Amino acid sequence: MSTRDDILARIRKSQPAPSPLPDVPMFDAGATPSLDAFKAGVERMGGKVVAIPGDGSVDALVRTLFPAAKVICSAVSEVHGNRPLADVRTPAALDDVDVGVVRAEFGVAETGSVLLTEDNFKVNALGFLAQHLVVLLDPARIVTNMHRAYQNPLLRTARYAVFMTGPSATADIEGVLIHGAQGIRSLTVILVAAGVTDAR
Amino acid sequence: MTVFVTRVDHAEAASKFIEAKDHADFHDKRLWDLRKKRDRETEAMPEWEELRALASAIKEHTLTHLGDYLEEFERNATKNGATVHWARDAAEHNAIVFGIMESKGARTLVKSKSMLTDECDMRPFLETRGIKVIETDLGERIQQLDNEPPSHIVVPAVHKLRTDVAEVFGRTLGTDPANSDVHYLAESQRQTTRPHFLAAEAGMTGANFAIAETGSVVVCTNEGNADLSVNLPPLYIASIGIEKVIPRVEHLGVFVRMLSRSALGSPITQLTSHFRAPRPGTEMHIVLVDNGRAERLGMADFWYSLKCIRCGACMNTCPVYRRSGGLSYGATYSGPIGVIIDPTFNLRKYSALPFASTLNGSCTSVCPVKINIHEQIYKWRQIIAERHALPFVKKEAMTIAGKLLSSPKLYRAAVEAAGAGVEHLPRIMMYNRLNAWGRQREVPAAPLMTFRQWYLENRGRP
Repeated sequence: MSTRDDILARIRKSQPAPSPLPDVPMFDAGATPSLDAFKAGVERMGGKVVAIPGDGSVDALVRTLFPAAKVICSAVSEVHGNRPLADVRTPAALDDVDVGVVRAEFGVAETGSVLLTEDNFKVNALGFLAQHLVVLLDPARIVTNMHRAYQNPLLRTARYAVFMTGPSATADIEGVLIHGAQGIRSLTVILVAAGVTDAR
Repeated sequence: MTVFVTRVDHAEAASKFIEAKDHADFHDKRLWDLRKKRDRETEAMPEWEELRALASAIKEHTLTHLGDYLEEFERNATKNGATVHWARDAAEHNAIVFGIMESKGARTLVKSKSMLTDECDMRPFLETRGIKVIETDLGERIQQLDNEPPSHIVVPAVHKLRTDVAEVFGRTLGTDPANSDVHYLAESQRQTTRPHFLAAEAGMTGANFAIAETGSVVVCTNEGNADLSVNLPPLYIASIGIEKVIPRVEHLGVFVRMLSRSALGSPITQLTSHFRAPRPGTEMHIVLVDNGRAERLGMADFWYSLKCIRCGACMNTCPVYRRSGGLSYGATYSGPIGVIIDPTFNLRKYSALPFASTLNGSCTSVCPVKINIHEQIYKWRQIIAERHALPFVKKEAMTIAGKLLSSPKLYRAAVEAAGAGVEHLPRIMMYNRLNAWGRQREVPAAPLMTFRQWYLENRGRP
């Protein structure tokens, strides 16, 4: 008997009497997705939320936010950057990126999370090798809580999907909180609807 | 055939832990702080108890249909382009991982934290075969560099102070051993780990959840190291205990809402990552590991422990764990959850662990999936006593206690004598090696009269 069949046979022999699968409610009756709650969630987890600037230029805003950035790599049409993703042959080539820019699918008010998939990153490593990440989010695309978030079909269809909540962090030494563990050192969410220039 | 196995002496190891007072005090304080943060989160959620009931029911349903869900997971993962392997035990798991690495000519492996690979002792197995394994979680890296196992399933180096980390990094990473600034230490690990990410030929993660419906592997982390381990190298291996499967994506809503709140008191981990299929041009392998789990599933009193989502809340709340440190358990899994899992791996070796508990039940009340931990601890004690696996001193103390407790007359005489005794006995009688309760504790002053004496005086004869 193969290992697989042996394991499955022993599991079936051991399985206790069947118990039923409960229905899971959404736990958001009467609640509306709150932008304020989303902002508070992002900030609590160490991120920042920035509103769209008066002149509407996200590109200029990114340059203002990161004046020292040498390499800006953008996966969105609103920001030009100087490291075209189309030229990236291996993920490791993004090692020197100072600022990555991506657009999130939606946000979650409960936690301050944003959902990003391989379509948003274009190269997944962009969200982790960049020193700083800027995430564009349409403020109309915020759901109440994680139950609602998991209703989105992308969680079934994307090869890779990640709920990102604030920058990478660790408290592994004496509980001292450090932002910028192995991944991004900062996360900035810019609230901006997908513009006409957005090719996607 | 009897194989002699040394019994882990938790009490002895714990006494050494307590000797380093700075460490013991900080450890206690840090973990209690996590417990308080957890309380703040859970008390702010009106549906917390409902979520616990749901989480428990979903896990029980899955475990009682485990064969079907594993097959569904395998089917979908395979459809996604992943290769699914099955391992009966640690040895098979390690051989499979090595085989995958070898087939691709991969000699370097960056990995995120996985208790399962610790359980399987995978690192030394691969290292002796010429594979360089880099732990990339900060706490786990500290432990790897110090050649110690993790002492906590969520915060692996929680028993170390910053000065210990400075010493370890100074010795192994070439940092300034006199500089124990936490930012400096964390930054040093970031800088020295990054080249490994960039050059690695393979990446590995464990799994917090495996979704039958989609064949996805779900990993909850804070540092970004799991996503780097998967998204850079051309080969990804996920090692998953068979109990980690859950039926559908929607069930993640329940578990993800509870996991980090229970573990760290944060609403969610910084990253909740769903790996469903390999990136184009890369390979994804999934190793499903039994290693005693199928057998545990058949243990009427103990199969509930398979519901565990490894949040560590039971450890953070446990007074014995907080004051003895994870390494004193001498096992991969420590604290209350370890106490009920470890004996299923080796009853003799871990027969002292179920006694490392006050049975206060706090572990059970904080458990997000409602495992009856303290009841299982009590049941293990019964089994160990029945099989005569108790250490001599404990056995003698229990025999005497048993005689006293089964005879009202003897009990009363003993209680009254003890009241007088505590006042007048020389200290050596109370604080000696035979009386474990006299260690690290002062017995409180005895009341002036026993409850029975008070009752007889105030309420007349019963």
